[in-house]
Parts: sequence; structure tokens; C-alpha cells
Amino acid sequence: MEHWLEFIAARYNYWIVIVLMMTGLYVVFARGNLVKKIVGLNLFQTSVFIFYITIGKIAGGTAPIYIGGELDHGDTAGHGDVGDSHGAEGAGLHDVLDDAAGAATQPISDGSAVDSLHAKVDNSIGDLAANDLKTMLKDLDPGEGGEVVASLHDDVGKVANDMLAKTQQPDAPAFDLTDDVAPETIDHAADIANTLGDAGHGLGEVIYTNPLPHVLILTAIVVGVATTAVGLALAVRIREAYGTIEEDELEVLDNVAEFGEAAAVAGGHA
Amino acid sequence: MIIASQLAVLPVITPLVLAPITLLLPKGRASWAWATLVSWLTFAACIFVLKTVAETGLISYYLGDWAPPLGIEYRIDLANALVLFLVSGIAAVVFPFAYRSVELEVDERQTPYFYGALLICLTGLLGVTITGDAFNVFVFLEISSLSTYALIAMGARRDRRALTAAFNYLVMGTIGATFYVIGIGLLYQATGTLNMADLHDRLVGQDNRMVQAGFAFILVGVGLKLAMFPLHLWLPNAYAYAPSAVTAFLAATATKVAVYVLIRFFYSIFGFDFAFMGAAFTYVLLPLGLAGMFVASLVAVFQEDVKRMLAYSSVAQIGYMLLGLSFASAAGLTATLIHIFNHALMKGALFMAVACVVFRCGSHSIHAFAGLSKRMPYTTWAFILSGLSLIGVPLTVGFISKWYLLEAAFGAGHWYAGFLIVASSLIALVYIGRIAEVMLLREPASDGKYVIAAKDAPLSMLIPMWALVAANIYFGVRTELTAGLAERAAAALMTFAGGGS
Repeated sequence: MEHWLEFIAARYNYWIVIVLMMTGLYVVFARGNLVKKIVGLNLFQTSVFIFYITIGKIAGGTAPIYIGGELDHGDTAGHGDVGDSHGAEGAGLHDVLDDAAGAATQPISDGSAVDSLHAKVDNSIGDLAANDLKTMLKDLDPGEGGEVVASLHDDVGKVANDMLAKTQQPDAPAFDLTDDVAPETIDHAADIANTLGDAGHGLGEVIYTNPLPHVLILTAIVVGVATTAVGLALAVRIREAYGTIEEDELEVLDNVAEFGEAAAVAGGHA
Repeated sequence: MIIASQLAVLPVITPLVLAPITLLLPKGRASWAWATLVSWLTFAACIFVLKTVAETGLISYYLGDWAPPLGIEYRIDLANALVLFLVSGIAAVVFPFAYRSVELEVDERQTPYFYGALLICLTGLLGVTITGDAFNVFVFLEISSLSTYALIAMGARRDRRALTAAFNYLVMGTIGATFYVIGIGLLYQATGTLNMADLHDRLVGQDNRMVQAGFAFILVGVGLKLAMFPLHLWLPNAYAYAPSAVTAFLAATATKVAVYVLIRFFYSIFGFDFAFMGAAFTYVLLPLGLAGMFVASLVAVFQEDVKRMLAYSSVAQIGYMLLGLSFASAAGLTATLIHIFNHALMKGALFMAVACVVFRCGSHSIHAFAGLSKRMPYTTWAFILSGLSLIGVPLTVGFISKWYLLEAAFGAGHWYAGFLIVASSLIALVYIGRIAEVMLLREPASDGKYVIAAKDAPLSMLIPMWALVAANIYFGVRTELTAGLAERAAAALMTFAGGGS
């Protein structure tokens, strides 16, 4: 008994969907009034909207709005628990860094990839205080490939310092990665980016709810509104043409049109 | 060349973008001419698509250059290229035909809206066919359905029952579309994707209750849209009271596109690995297809209204298509694809003939058809020839359909289904024969209730109608295009679905 109640309670959102859906369908079938039918149809469609929102919802997830770029410069000076206080930033950073890693590990034939890497690093890491980067790297487990990581620390320090300098002097011209970094260190840049990406994994990531069902349901809502509008417009026209929007009366009127008065009377009494 | 690389999107984008311009044009001839031009452009695009696909194989087009599975993909293989060709071809014939018929049946002030809505309906149908994204199907399905509700309601000028018919169709159609969305939601929950090819990959090996429920919802939802036998109740009234040109267009295209969606889901998404599908074939499609063939045909025999009779006949013909599908063989699938194509040709021609009669006699009651052979010989013979095609007489497309269907039935071991196909064709003989007898042998009713046609329908109606009748004969004799392409398409679908041929 206990676990049944739990089973039901744990899926309350689905019960809402089912109850709404059945109510809507019942109204569509059982009501003779055309406007009420349209309202029933609306209820039915709404249940599907809720169903889709249920699909997209992840427990503890936040609204699917990108948080990575919104850091306040003053307060993120790298104190306290990185995992908690900068979780949001870390996850956003991680996305960007993954991109950067992808871009940097491509064979670099011209400056464009470096530029894009630069742009991304500039846009996003630049906002994050460089201390955080260092802290993150310190938190990394050096067990695997410790040698590489150790050698990377210097590079990261350099990049981070550059960025720190930039953050402190907003008016200074943006530093150019291609100038600072010799071609052979572009590989390093890729490694750094990868390492930072892994660091991002280590942080408490922001959990987003799945945005796609929201988009789908926005589309479905538009379709639903259009359907309701057309349905109500038809109800208005039916009222103009017949003088009623009750289905049984409409049926009688149609029978008169098809079989004459007598049949309608017989049909009406039957 | 830029046009060539964007070829796949042209069939949808042409009518979609050009349709609103119709509303800005003056009433009557100008908006009609524009809409006709657009339908021809679309047809030309579809011919190129079919030609390209037949020569070079599958076209995959990324909408907005967003790669699938995240972006929407237009994926055209032979099966949907054939349906695209069919739908746009019917549109290219119906639009020129519509002018005189619409002049009579639709308020002149509404003509820009009428042609605009018809173009949007065409867009929706082509979009459903062309897209490779399951949710996109829903959007296009509703684009075509919403315009269809409006188009049917425009028949209210002649008969106010068009309004209630449109309303009922709206309720049923919306329930069907919503069921489809629920099904897609369940599949999305199981797979996390909406791209059809991706869905297929990720559904492999999944046979849990969620996928089964999704399958069932999609089957019922699409079943409502395609008027599968017990879900067909919206269709007879909608077809009977819609403006005649709309009926000719819808009867030839709308339900066919829904059948195509069903094929796409069965063969390209679920595939034969999905055990539930076999049960759906054996316990749902086969019995419902057979029941539809008989019940709807029998009901058709007793109709006084010729349009409604043909509408019931459409329900019966959809039974044939579902029957072909239910054999789960390449032969059955070929038969269904051929019948989709051929039935569109015959029903289009038949409803056009009825539209000609309505144009001259002002009614689609069987009594208005009395003695028409003397006054409207071209219309009469167009009706009779395409009626023979519906029955399945040799040298017409109907015969080709029935032949392939019988072959598939015996090949699948359903010999009884073979006999039932022949038996229900005999019922078709009865209801077509009844009209033919009235047209050929009866004297026109003299009670003055029906206008006696003074002369045959105008050329602008006769030429498109006879073009379709000629297609009925042509594709009945030369089957390379339809049967050849359908066989190739079916073979490709079967291989993809993992079934033996």
C-alpha cells in the first residue's frame, strides 16, 4: 500500500496530465455547445503542453537560460569554495572551453582558428578572475599525466596573468594570443583548454532543464491558439447561419434541410 | 548553381512565400492567375526534385544549414519524391480548373483568401511529405489542416452544413494532431531526438511500454487524419459540403499524405525490429483495412448525394492502402504506394466531373445527373472512365493498383484478402454503375427541381479534368514511372526497415 501511494505521489505531474487530458476529451465529446467543445479541446491540448514541460524538467534544474557570460567582476575574486560559489560560471566556462579546445586541436592552417579561440577565451575567461583558473588547476588531480599538467601550470599562469592584466586595465588594447604564443605553443593552448575543460567538469555544473520541449511546446501553443481562433470563428459563423450553437438543435435543423419537416420531428422525438 | 543546391527547399518555400501575395491582389481573376502560376512553379520544382532523386538518390537538405539531429533536415528519397510529384501535380491541375467553379461557389470577395488558403494547404501537404523531422511533420500537418478547415467552411455560401462539417473536422483533426504530438513526446522521452533517421537509430532494441504507447498514439493520431475506417466520420460531410474544387484537391492529396506519414513511421522510424509493429499490422491495419473496404463501400451504394458517395468510396480506398501496408512485404508496400498515386488520379478526376455537374446543374444530388450524357457528354465520359478506373478495369490505373495489391495479398499468404479485394471492387462497380446508369439511360427529371444543363462545362474545366482522365489511362498502360519508381522506393524502404522482401 505504502509503495503504491509513493508511486502515485512521485508521478503527480503525470496524473495532472492524465486528469486534464481526460477532462478535456470528455468535455469535447459530452458537451453539445460548440464553444464548450472548443474549451474542452483547449484543455486537452493544455494537458499535452504540461506533458512536454514534464519531459523537459530535470530535478534541481534551472531555466534553460545561458548563465556562463553573466559574471560580476568584483565579487568573483576567487575566494571560498570554487565548486559551490562559482558553479554556474564554471559550467558556462566549461562549455566555452570545450569549444575552444575543439577549435585549437584542429590543424591550424591560418590565423582564423587562433583568432576564434582567442575571441572565445577573451570573451569568457577574460571575465572570470584569473585566480579562479589557478585554483581550479590546483584542484586538478595530477595523478594522470601529471607531468603535462605540471608543465601546463606555467602556461596557464601566463595566460591567466595576461587576462588579469586585461581585467584590471579595461582600456588597454586587447592582447593578441597569436602574438604572445609561438606556433608550437598553440598545441599547449589546446591542452590548456582541454585541461580547463576537464576542470570545468570537476566543478558543480549548472543543471539546465531541457530547452527543446519548451520550444516545441511554444510551437504547439501557437498551433493551439490558431485552432481555437478558427474554431471560435466557425462557431460565430454557425450561429449566424443557424441561429444556435447547440449541437442537437443543429442536427435537427440539418435533418429538416435533408429530409423535410416530418423526418426532423420523428428524429427529434426518437 | 545556387538554385540547384537549394532545390530541396523549393517545393515548400515557393508556395509558402508567394501565397500571402495572393491576398494583396485584386479579387477574382488576378488572384486566381497568381495562385495558378505559383502552383505551376511548385510543380516544376517537384519535377526537378523527383528527377534528381531518381537519378542521384537521396537528397538531404539542412534547413538554415543547421546539421541534424539538432537542425531540421529535409530528407527526400524516392517515396516522398513520388508523393511530392503527385501532390503538386494535382495542385497544378486543380488550380486552373478552380476558376469557374469557385466563381460560382465562393463569394467573390473571398477569392483572394480562398486561393491563398489553398496555396497554404498545398504548402502544408508538401511540407509534411518533404521533412525528415518528426515534429516538423506536426507543424506542417496543422498548417494544411487549419487552411483546410477554412476552405471547407467557404462552402457555406451554397450549403450552411459546410460550417458544421468544418467544425466537426476541426475537432477531430485537432484531436488527431494532438495525439500525434503526444506520441512524438513519448518517443522524444525515449530517445532524446526528433530527427527521423536519428529516431530510427536510437529506437533500435527499445521495446518498452513508452515506445509502444508512443507508437499507438501516432497510429491513432495519423489514423484520424487519414480517415482510417472507424475514425473516418469527419470525412464524408467535409468532402460533401466543401467547394467542389477543394473537394477535388483534398480527396486527391490530403489523406494520401497522411498515409505517407504512416508509411514513413512504420518503415523509416520503427522498422521491423520493433515487435509491436507486427501486431499493429496483423490486429489493427489488416482488419480495419478490410472492414473499411466493405463497410464504406456498402454505405456508398446507398448515398443519394454523389459527392458523399465518392467520399465514402475514398474511405474504402484508404482501406486498400492500409491493407497493402499490413502485408509487411515489399510487394504490399509497392501496392500501397502505387494506389496512393493512382487513387489520387481517379478521385481527382471523379470529383472534378462532379464539380462540372454542380457548375451546370447546381446540385450534386444523383437526380441532377439524370440524362446528362446527352447534354454534357464530355463530363459524363470523364466520370465514367475514371469510375471504371476506380473499379479496376484493365487499361486504367485502377487495374494496376488492384493487380499489385492482389499479387501482394497472395504473396503474403492472405489468399482470402485477395478474394475480398475482388469482392469489394464489385461493390464499387455497383455504386459507380448506379451513377453511370442514371447519366446514360435516365431522362432528366422534369419536375423543375434541378436545373437542366444547357451545354457542357466550360473548356477551362474540361481540359484539366480530361488531363487527369488521360493520366488515368496513360499510367494504366505505361507503368514505368509509377510502378517502377514505387517498386524502387518500396525496396529501399524495406531494406532500411530491416525486413525481407
